[in-house]
Amino acid sequence: MEEDRTMAEVEDILAQFGSDRTRLMDIVMAVQHRLGHVSDASVGLLAKGLGIEPVEIEDMVSFYSFFDRVPRGRFRIRLAKTAISHIKGAQAVAEAFEHELGIAMGETTADGEFTLEWTSDIGMADQEPSALVNGVVLTALTPSDVAHIVAALRQSGHEGGLPQYPPHRTQGAALPKASVQPGLVKAGPLLSALPAPGAVIGAALAMTPDAVIAQITASKLRGRGGAGFPTGMKWRLTRKSKGKQHYVVCNADEGEPGTFKDRVLLSEFPDLVFDGMTVAAFALGSSQGLLYLRGEYAYLWDHLQGVLDARRKSGLLGKAVGGRRGFDFDIRIQLGAGAYMCGEESSLLESLEGKRGAPRDRPPFPTEHGYLGQPTAIDNVETFVCAARIMERGAAWFAGMGTALSTGTKLMSVAGDCTYPGVYEVPFGITVNALLDLVGGSDAEFVQISGPSGQSVSPRDFGRQIAFEDLSTGGSTMVFGRQRDVLGIILQFADFFVDESCGWCAPCRIGTTQLSLAMAKVVAGRATRADLTAMEALSHTVMRMSRCGLGQMAPNPILSSMKSFPEAFEARLRPEAFVPRVTLEQALQDAVVVQGRQPVMEASA
Amino acid sequence: MTAKAIQFTVDGIAVAATAGQSLIEACDDAGIYIPRLCHHPDLTPSGNCRVCTCTVNGRQSAACVTPAAHGMVVENDTPRLTDDRRTIIEMLFVEGIHPCPYCVASGDCELQALGYRLGMTAPTEAYLWPRRKLDATHPDITLDHDRCILCSRCIRASRMEDGKTVFGFEGRGIAMRLNVDAQGGLGETQMAAIDKAASVCPVACIVIKRDSYRVPNGERRFDKAPIGSDIEARRRPSGSGGHRS
Ligand SMILES: Cc1cc2nc3c(=O)[nH]c(=O)nc-3n(C[C@H](O)[C@H](O)[C@H](O)COP(=O)(O)O)c2cc1C
Ligand code: SF4
Ligand code: SF4
Ligand code: SF4
Ligand code: FES
Repeated sequence: MEEDRTMAEVEDILAQFGSDRTRLMDIVMAVQHRLGHVSDASVGLLAKGLGIEPVEIEDMVSFYSFFDRVPRGRFRIRLAKTAISHIKGAQAVAEAFEHELGIAMGETTADGEFTLEWTSDIGMADQEPSALVNGVVLTALTPSDVAHIVAALRQSGHEGGLPQYPPHRTQGAALPKASVQPGLVKAGPLLSALPAPGAVIGAALAMTPDAVIAQITASKLRGRGGAGFPTGMKWRLTRKSKGKQHYVVCNADEGEPGTFKDRVLLSEFPDLVFDGMTVAAFALGSSQGLLYLRGEYAYLWDHLQGVLDARRKSGLLGKAVGGRRGFDFDIRIQLGAGAYMCGEESSLLESLEGKRGAPRDRPPFPTEHGYLGQPTAIDNVETFVCAARIMERGAAWFAGMGTALSTGTKLMSVAGDCTYPGVYEVPFGITVNALLDLVGGSDAEFVQISGPSGQSVSPRDFGRQIAFEDLSTGGSTMVFGRQRDVLGIILQFADFFVDESCGWCAPCRIGTTQLSLAMAKVVAGRATRADLTAMEALSHTVMRMSRCGLGQMAPNPILSSMKSFPEAFEARLRPEAFVPRVTLEQALQDAVVVQGRQPVMEASA
Repeated sequence: MTAKAIQFTVDGIAVAATAGQSLIEACDDAGIYIPRLCHHPDLTPSGNCRVCTCTVNGRQSAACVTPAAHGMVVENDTPRLTDDRRTIIEMLFVEGIHPCPYCVASGDCELQALGYRLGMTAPTEAYLWPRRKLDATHPDITLDHDRCILCSRCIRASRMEDGKTVFGFEGRGIAMRLNVDAQGGLGETQMAAIDKAASVCPVACIVIKRDSYRVPNGERRFDKAPIGSDIEARRRPSGSGGHRS
């Protein structure tokens, strides 16, 4: 029976995606959500249907947090475990769930209804504590919500079967707290006086593709995903590269803890995002665009598909876009499945091709050898929004804002110990102090700029500027007050990289774990000065030797907090020359359990 | 002398390369040893271990995946690179379980040999004591996962040389493991002891049964000469630069 059902479903899914191996993300996602997990039987059937080996399917499936190889609860409750959710009370919410369900984090109830677990940041830093229930987002949770949520889920459970995924817009309707608040607090020039539908495309089509690229170059737009690569140059290189097809990819993986501005753009300004992608397509001579949407944002699926449909109907997508004969362009949305790594552009491409999200070696760069080996321009959501506005308002308008090296405005996602968390559009060059005044965070004692991969900044540096040439950022801004434990937060960041390291290369795979252990020793008050020196040296090694940006940036919080908050480290140091990692009691624990008696200890001074 | 199109320097020594060669291949030809662990001359490089990282024009680059380019300035044998490489070796030691004195590969193991060559005494990092299984299901081969350093050589060899796809990775991050193409273990795969994949493992993870002590301890590859000596032996005595005719 069960076997027959598995076979029928897998066959149906394979047919739906034309047994295309490069669509393995969608194929596995469908198996996961129709059958509850990706069983050995499913793996075998998939391998056969796709003409590859089971070990290749397992390689991919086991990489993503949102795919399971064993059955888990019908309802998956995933609580965001972040520095912000923690200070907003996520631990108490977790305990309430544990109590209500009678299980511990990581466990599944005996009736197979619920699995409770932690997950990395889900892009809701402005409304923590937050959680995902299958695809539905819950926000601003308190322990007193928990009983109602569980009851509502039990109720809906009577309809049987697995919840639809990606979720329908109405799916969470009966669930308490199942709504995401808008998030935009301050709009600036980029996000106000919006263009009429079609105006951006019209402006681009009035130019030649080369002139479009020249405009983007003249605006001095730099990528908003964090690295700040000049967008005009990226587009020019991609256009120049020869290939059967050119691709435009929008990076909507937004995985950096603390950021949520792409969420706001996708929910409130999706037309600007698609306008920007279409402008890029025209400039590059591309007919296919892809938007890689992080799995955590599956709740936006229906909404975004609706926007795409509307654009197709009004001639802004599909054949002869904007009435231009020969300019055919459409966009497909690819959902991710819980992997921070897939925000890195080459891992994103691997994932788009249905593989594990391990980065590629460069050269060759995606501009020459990207999606399916073809020239590909990958840009952040916000970058496309900037490009769209530049088309319509001109390069000079954009270049006139910000600083000489960082033109335009930047969307900052601000959360934590501040009165008005949310997204702020500010000109580049704004100081941390000025930003803190805007958000009601003037009492801050510690600001983490650009997420765990960024910099830990103390009040001494609050006069510094947000700009590529000073404090470079993708937008994540976490504000912490005096009452917070700096070192505990740094350990949380270190643990994030342990969870998200892809594992491909030794220095990052092992180094992130070693750094977390070293930091835990500091937090526990067991570290000596020699331990600090060793941790610093290891940080530099991991930075220098890791294969991609994740490992190269993972030691940033440790190194920058050692510089910014030396007194916090000093305060917890032990004066001895050496303190072992584990106490003698801990070391003997296993033996004590086996023997059932305590060892005889010599009296110590 | 055939003129090679690409010329560059490694620690000040002139090296020539042909188009398409990687930095590590060009240096191997020139008799300059760059420490490495996952690279194997017969396999497409994959950049897993990062031990071969050099400074190329001031930037860190793994030599096995870096194309040789004209005019590049490479640093290989520097105290800092040696320290960083040794730290990676130490990390690999604590990630798995490596009791060298009673290990079948001792003396013939590239991890151990690099530990010696790079001056490792004892790992300074925390032992992670992984719980991994030993797979003895194959009649001719044992797979001792405790020793695996996830270098992917066997994965590549099986796919490219043997045309089989016996191996793959599973999981991510510190939980990543080597996986085989059968639920019942290696014995249920198409793996054969004569496969290329069976001979490329740098450590004692893939071990051919009944063959381990054919060469006794003390007389093995790296008991006689440090790892890399064979490559360095290709280098002409000083005075003639790194060029090969
Ligand atoms: C570990 C890691 C995670 C990343 N995550 C994201 C992300 O979530 N979104 C993003 O736009 N860029 C991310 N990036 C940067 C991308 O690799 C890439 O630079 C960017 O998408 C390019 O677009 P841009 O030029 O418009 O910024 C990440 C990079 C690394 C190393
Ligand atoms: S640095 Fe980390 S994330 Fe990047 S390839 Fe290495 S293991 Fe993977
Ligand atoms: S595999 Fe190599 S390093 Fe590991 S125990 Fe054996 S000899 Fe030592
Ligand atoms: S089994 Fe050997 S060759 Fe294969 S990944 Fe592990 S260490 Fe490398
Ligand atoms: S030998 Fe180059 S990365 Fe391993």
